[in-house]
Amino acid sequence: MPLRITENIHNWLFSVMPEGVASLVEMTLIAVVYLTIFAVAGLFLVLLERRVAAWFQLRIGPNRVGPQGLLQTMADAIKLLTKELTGTEKADKFLYNLAPYFVIISALMALAVIPFSAEFHAFDINIGIFFLIAISSIGVIGILLGGWSSNNKYALIGAMRSGVQTISYELSVGLSLLTMVVITGSLQLSEIIEVQKSGWLILQGHIPAAIAFMVFMISGTAETNRAPFDMVEAESELGAGFHTEYSGMKFAYFFLAEFINMFIISAIAATVFFGGWLSPFGITESIPELGVFWFLLKTMALVFLMMWFRWTFPRLRVDQLLTLEWKYLLPINLVNLVLMALLVWLNLTLRL
Amino acid sequence: MSYFSDIYKGIKTLLTGMSVTGKYFVTSRKGAITQQYPDNRDTLQMFERFRGEVIMPHTDDNEHRCTGCQKCEIACPNGTIEIIWDRGIDEATGKKKKKIDQFVYHLSMCTMCGLCIDVCPHDAIKWGQNFENSVYDRSTLTRVLNKPGSTLMQGVED
Ligand code: SF4
Ligand code: SF4
Repeated sequence: MPLRITENIHNWLFSVMPEGVASLVEMTLIAVVYLTIFAVAGLFLVLLERRVAAWFQLRIGPNRVGPQGLLQTMADAIKLLTKELTGTEKADKFLYNLAPYFVIISALMALAVIPFSAEFHAFDINIGIFFLIAISSIGVIGILLGGWSSNNKYALIGAMRSGVQTISYELSVGLSLLTMVVITGSLQLSEIIEVQKSGWLILQGHIPAAIAFMVFMISGTAETNRAPFDMVEAESELGAGFHTEYSGMKFAYFFLAEFINMFIISAIAATVFFGGWLSPFGITESIPELGVFWFLLKTMALVFLMMWFRWTFPRLRVDQLLTLEWKYLLPINLVNLVLMALLVWLNLTLRL
Repeated sequence: MSYFSDIYKGIKTLLTGMSVTGKYFVTSRKGAITQQYPDNRDTLQMFERFRGEVIMPHTDDNEHRCTGCQKCEIACPNGTIEIIWDRGIDEATGKKKKKIDQFVYHLSMCTMCGLCIDVCPHDAIKWGQNFENSVYDRSTLTRVLNKPGSTLMQGVED
């Protein structure tokens, strides 16, 4: 069904206007669709986070605006839209205004390569995983710019911490995904899912895959600057960290991007370790439309796991953070990579 | 070797923590401590140790237990309590005796520290559960705790 709708639009566009214009219009349409997904998913995730947090803390959470508080974040977004955009004196105005777009565009670009289902996949490049890792590090430039240009010591400290954190944990994210690429033999996300038709990678690769998954979830949480790795915006020490000086919609951009990044990390984990849009044991293989459902189910389960981390663990100190990465995760990851290579070489992977 | 035992211990303690919060998450619907306040105004019960305001309980015969010893007035760090006292004739013995005329309590100055209640030798005052103390005129926050015409309960001073 989705295939035919897009195909019809595609054919119609190319029939009414010249080729160049048509493909431009098509790109714009796709961008608009993704922007909508971005906004809706972001707002929904913020609401989910607040409800889940409330339940972890024996509270009720937002439940006044709309049924079960469903419109709460909508109302918050409208409130933020109407707020005045303030700034500091002597701030580097150009970079200050540019920073939120860096963060939001990198999140948006990462969203484009994520396979929501077999057909719902905007940009299936052959270096998908590589592209995701590369793009996810661009977001930190936005954070650094924002922290530096707002001319505020808290923002600067927060941004620098973010730099330290992202540079370190980038390695673990990359290496743990590389471990899985050893099995799949391809960086293309659709190919990776194809391989998993004979068993999800976390089963195929059993022990090293489980270790890689754990490392990925830990370093992924650190990459998105969420608690317990939220030194970047540690409220008790830094005000609000790198976005202390941002207000109104520019603040909301940072906020939404953080939640979309969480979604992206979970989506990568779901794709690489849990078969993406494949149904468990192929139970709904005959109905490919359910692919989106399975993909979102798996992603949401992992998002929930990250929220669980956040509302359980206390924040790490900066030196503990670096110890965890350089003394534990990285060596484990390297050994794990060799282990996985051996496994694949000796044909010890499990295949259904 | 402590490297590996550290990893093991780390993972174990993290999982323990997650199981605790996980249990809270599953049972939170039943044990939520949030009160949906204006909605449940009629049924809302404050918990026992809640410090709303200082009150002086009276019996049905309009008797209280305050002897006017002024210990609470001295104990209060904020000067919240003012006891206006008088001397009356004790009917049983015919002697002159101190009694309270007005127990004045300025709620607006009270920090709910509880020293007055701790210090009272006769348990004449205690915590009330009322928390809806907002008023339009702050002079209404000054209250006289003993009811008009109330008397000292028999046997409190023995
Ligand atoms: S609770 Fe504390 S502040 Fe209030 S009246 Fe008693 S002693 Fe004074
Ligand atoms: S309330 Fe208690 S402490 Fe205060 S004057 Fe009366 S008997 Fe004494």
